[in-house]
Amino acid sequence: MAGKPKLHYTKGRGKMESIRWLLAAAGVEFEEEFIETKEDLEKLRNDGVLLFQQVPMVEIDGMKMVQTRAILSYIAAKYNLYGKDLKERAWIDMYVEGTTDLMGMIMYLPFQPADTKEKNLALIIERATTRYFPVYEKALKEHGHDYLVGNKLSWADIHLLEAILMTEECKPDILSAFPLLQAFKGRISNIPTIKKFLQPGSQRKPPTNEQFVAVVRKIFNI
Amino acid sequence: MSGKPKLHYTNSQGRMESIRWLLAAAGVEFEECFLETKDDMTKLREDGSLLFQQVPMVEIDGMKMVQTRAILSYIAAKYNLYGKDLKERALIDMYVEALLDLNELLMTHLIQPADKKEQHFATIVDKATNRYFPVFEKALKDHGQDFLVGNKFSKADVQLLEILLMAEEYKSDILAQFPLLQSFKARISNIPTIKKFLQPGSPRKPPLQEKDVPKLMKIFY
Repeated sequence: MAGKPKLHYTKGRGKMESIRWLLAAAGVEFEEEFIETKEDLEKLRNDGVLLFQQVPMVEIDGMKMVQTRAILSYIAAKYNLYGKDLKERAWIDMYVEGTTDLMGMIMYLPFQPADTKEKNLALIIERATTRYFPVYEKALKEHGHDYLVGNKLSWADIHLLEAILMTEECKPDILSAFPLLQAFKGRISNIPTIKKFLQPGSQRKPPTNEQFVAVVRKIFNI
Repeated sequence: MSGKPKLHYTNSQGRMESIRWLLAAAGVEFEECFLETKDDMTKLREDGSLLFQQVPMVEIDGMKMVQTRAILSYIAAKYNLYGKDLKERALIDMYVEALLDLNELLMTHLIQPADKKEQHFATIVDKATNRYFPVFEKALKDHGQDFLVGNKFSKADVQLLEILLMAEEYKSDILAQFPLLQSFKARISNIPTIKKFLQPGSPRKPPLQEKDVPKLMKIFY
């Protein structure tokens, strides 16, 4: 008997947010147990439930899964969001790694020294508009389908939407040169499970502010 | 008709080495095209061959694949080194992701600023011996089998061997407290395809030396 997946992380986005997105998009209800203090993390470690002493950790199907990509791949495969064959899977993986790199830059931004923030933000915007978004815009243009891979909703679409919204938080008009991504954003946001996740009251987490940075630093000793 | 996979990278371990290991372990012959100068990199970019303007890039089965993990996953699945079902795959992924994290630490050691090197080295040894190796030692102890997952050779075993050997290059007695990892190392090294890869003259690349760092920095930055 499988209960709902249970997510162990802080109340912030961090590395868990993509997992929340994917579960929500797949229509899977999940529970969350929040790490609020250093002691909460120590307890998890002492209980022996964190394979490499790190979070994210997701209790799912009798496993205590760790490592963000491993968890995401498992969920994608389980809920048929990973393409129909090896080659589609390869494309989904490539696209997701690109959006992972982009979102990783944004995730670390609040933790960078104050005097580097402006430069790092400029780099994010440059990368988004010259390295990453053109790739997805071109993919959509070339096949003319609604979804990135195989004419079917996949993990790549969900991850791209998450990246688009996160990048728009850095610069609201960042999609101005990408008409197909704008249409993609509207379309994917309207998928019922995703629409629900985008509404207030869902388990989607807000952007990390300065106060939360201090909390995170304490918990993880960074 | 597909020819041999063709690897595009610098003539160094870096992020391509895990891919070389996996192809070799699977018994797949491959060709390599080395980036020697920034111009080589620029040319690849301008040719439109690099999806995100980055290497590694591997030409395989009609695709120009990029992103190390995507490439490793494709090769593992194609050559049956990815477990028999979703759950075995999940465990392999967890192990490999952790090993890639350790690889990241090992790989970035030489480019640390001089005043941070000693501490970085200490971190490598600490993480390897307290966070990562105990997990694999325990896994082997708990099931008593020859391979990490599903009693069958997989990508996880290849990645672990690669990392064990790399770690020993940093500290030759780093496996002192891990008898099962020592025997794992010997056992997996003896698998014919891997034994061949470990011999001189194979595509395996040597550890990075300080003197080679400036050349690499010029190509990538």
